[in-house]
Amino acid sequence: MHRLLSILLILCAPLAQAAVLGAADAGHLLNRAGFGATPQEIAGYSRLSRADAVDRLLAGAVIEARTPLPPAADEYLRPARLRKLSEEEKKEMLRRQFEIGADLRGWWLEEMLATPSPLTERMTLFWHNHFVSSQQKVKSARLMAQQNRLLRRHALGNFGTLLHDVAKDPAMLVYLDSATSRQGQSNENFAREVMELFTLGEGRYTEQDVKEAARAFTGWSIEPETGAFKWRPFAHDRGEKTVLGRTGKFDGDAILDILLEQPATAEFVVDKLWKEFVSPQPDRTEVRRIAQRFRDSGYEIKAALRELFLSEAFWAAENRAALLKSPVDLVVGTLRRFEFETGDPLPFVFVMRQLGQDLFAPPNVKGWPGGEAWIDSSTLLARKQFLERLFRGQELKARIDGSRPGARAERVALRGSKRLGEEGRERMMRALEAVRFDDGAWFARVERLRLTPQLVMLPGEPAAPQGAAGGIEQLRQLALDPMYQLR
Amino acid sequence: MKRRDFLRWIAVSGGLTFFPALARAAAYDRLLILVELKGGNDGLNTVVPYADDAYYRLRPRLAVRRDEVLQLDGRSGLHGALQPLMPLWQAGELAVIQGLGYPNPNLSHFRSIEIWDTAAKSTEYLQTGWLARAFAAHPPPAAFAADGVLVGGTELGPLAGGARAIALTNPEQFQRQARLAQPMGDGRNAALAHLRKVETDVAQAAARLSQVSPHPLRTEFPRGEFGNAVRTASRVLAGGAGVAALRLTLNGFDTHQNQPGQHANLLRQLGEGLAALKSALVELQRWDGTLILTYAEFGRRPQENQSNGTDHGTANAHFALGGRVRGGLYGAPPALDRLDGNGNLPFAVDFRSLYATVLERWWGVAAAPVLGVRYDVLPLLKA
Repeated sequence: MHRLLSILLILCAPLAQAAVLGAADAGHLLNRAGFGATPQEIAGYSRLSRADAVDRLLAGAVIEARTPLPPAADEYLRPARLRKLSEEEKKEMLRRQFEIGADLRGWWLEEMLATPSPLTERMTLFWHNHFVSSQQKVKSARLMAQQNRLLRRHALGNFGTLLHDVAKDPAMLVYLDSATSRQGQSNENFAREVMELFTLGEGRYTEQDVKEAARAFTGWSIEPETGAFKWRPFAHDRGEKTVLGRTGKFDGDAILDILLEQPATAEFVVDKLWKEFVSPQPDRTEVRRIAQRFRDSGYEIKAALRELFLSEAFWAAENRAALLKSPVDLVVGTLRRFEFETGDPLPFVFVMRQLGQDLFAPPNVKGWPGGEAWIDSSTLLARKQFLERLFRGQELKARIDGSRPGARAERVALRGSKRLGEEGRERMMRALEAVRFDDGAWFARVERLRLTPQLVMLPGEPAAPQGAAGGIEQLRQLALDPMYQLR
Repeated sequence: MKRRDFLRWIAVSGGLTFFPALARAAAYDRLLILVELKGGNDGLNTVVPYADDAYYRLRPRLAVRRDEVLQLDGRSGLHGALQPLMPLWQAGELAVIQGLGYPNPNLSHFRSIEIWDTAAKSTEYLQTGWLARAFAAHPPPAAFAADGVLVGGTELGPLAGGARAIALTNPEQFQRQARLAQPMGDGRNAALAHLRKVETDVAQAAARLSQVSPHPLRTEFPRGEFGNAVRTASRVLAGGAGVAALRLTLNGFDTHQNQPGQHANLLRQLGEGLAALKSALVELQRWDGTLILTYAEFGRRPQENQSNGTDHGTANAHFALGGRVRGGLYGAPPALDRLDGNGNLPFAVDFRSLYATVLERWWGVAAAPVLGVRYDVLPLLKA
């Protein structure tokens, strides 16, 4: 009898592997790998097995954005030229730069909403927060846009190629001071961060390694007139360097190859991917196993992701709803999930900033710390206010409508936008008026697909008791539940 | 005798050394008010080295004229717009600390305020504010409405990363928003537990800030954004809600162009606002139990720029005010003859010494665990 049972279990095991996901698991996968899965997406994936679902997600990756870049974001202004302008011209120039910066952020938000592969955008954002550059220092929308294009092209490609390319990316060369580093006066900024934050992690190299590597990176610079990468052979230190125990007349690429040979690099990256996709506390053994696969594949990012998504930990009950949503998760996720109609994305650029995730401008070279740091009393109330407005059916524009009594205080909600001037304010009004949600159609779809609003919106049971409300009031209650902040 | 009085008595009577464990209870009946001069106040035109020829050489257009300076001593004087602070100076309740800064200064607003807020070294990235770390080690009483309240400006700065901190633009608006907080749910996992904690903080602050009807204050508050912030802060205190620290923000100090008019206006708002704050605190009988400090990401470059303004600098002058402040000049006058490669000032006093002074001499807690390293304290508080 006993034996019969074991035989039966063995026979069933492959079946369990091939079992279909069902709606809850499909939602889990899609909301972890992307943001704000729609009812149709959940229903579509719910009929696939884990392996098929993961393979479909990975196969859907794209390498280019479909949203056209605002033309102004492609202008390049040589920073030194600013000095030659008059007061008035300078003021106008700075206003214009601010506006272009806002449009660049809006462009990315639009792409996140429109993309057929949310995983591609999540990974592009992941690399933006790994290979940090900020417009605050780079000061050129064009260079930031160019870096974004690079990050997307390799988002699910090869980590080694990405590392080599990012190290020569003009925005990075400016952000970490490589552009001005030269033989005899090498700047250690990039050499330090490439080891600490991009590959090995803290404590796996010495100060001497940083100094020597900095010499190897000299010569990688930019052409000030165009902002393009430029190799300056005379700035390069051709001498011998010793880095991580290896000695030779290394150049920058040779150093990067040495860093890629270290097992610590794969572990460091997988550890970070784990925190992005699985749980705040990586499982050491699993990280080591997946890192080994990652290295064996020659640093193919898809190989690492496939292992992560198919790991037991990814699906484990204790890791469901264990991650706090980032502002991108919250804003883009909500707009996607309910298929809000949006026109000009400008208002959401300022919402994102208020929530603490100003795209293209992470706070420092370590990026957004994420996790619990996303939520403090200010950002939590701002999140709830954003959600409440969306679902109260109240037009968002009330926020900036100066004619309404009490509007002054609420206007603070979009602070920072006033630098756009009167024209910008009008643009914002028009944009807010264009935001629409067809709740009737959404509910009809949920019903037709045999889903429930709770299943589509929350990663688990609500934390607060839900009232008996239906319609948009039900959505409002679910969105204000603490569980809506999790994924 | 209340426990806290008893502790104070022990401390005064020299019993401190025998009761090291007891002595660690922080004295949060003493209030700290931080005033951020956002954008980087021009310390040289705030506390003017009016006897230094180099100052007039570096600032042919921008220098404050010698006869317009409010003299503090033979070489330093306040900008004329700070007249409202002179009664405090004369009463010995205003300390001026010159040359506050840190090694390897960073000239980015972003990064430098992060260094000040987190009390980090310029090569170090910390994720918690210095006050948040102090409150984690020595929690303010649970009955307080919050550990810290920020008025104007929503970035938590020194309170980021764990403190019970509330940002108020105005109390009514906060009450409205706070209704959205739902301190519900279980500790299913760490993320949900964190959410519940923050929602509870918000709900608790909202309840306690509205509990007591506002004590009617006779103080007249100046008009304008900073005056409103001072009024809001005073109302929070008048309501009787406990709080260990307040942070006010005065914006607009990034004066790259046409500085003179703007800067005078900002300093006038600052002076009038601080004078009103003192008046309200005296009314509430809390002036002796309050320490007010100004701070900013950096000072400005000694050499004026081509646009009748000043660019990002380094070391800076700041103020400490309060009933227990020992008035006078601290630190060192600006060394205009020793500018660095960018034309910026060397610092004389590490800003973390000021923080150590707050922690050790104001609240009576050990500073080194909060700041990572031991810093000398400044003698700017009366016993």
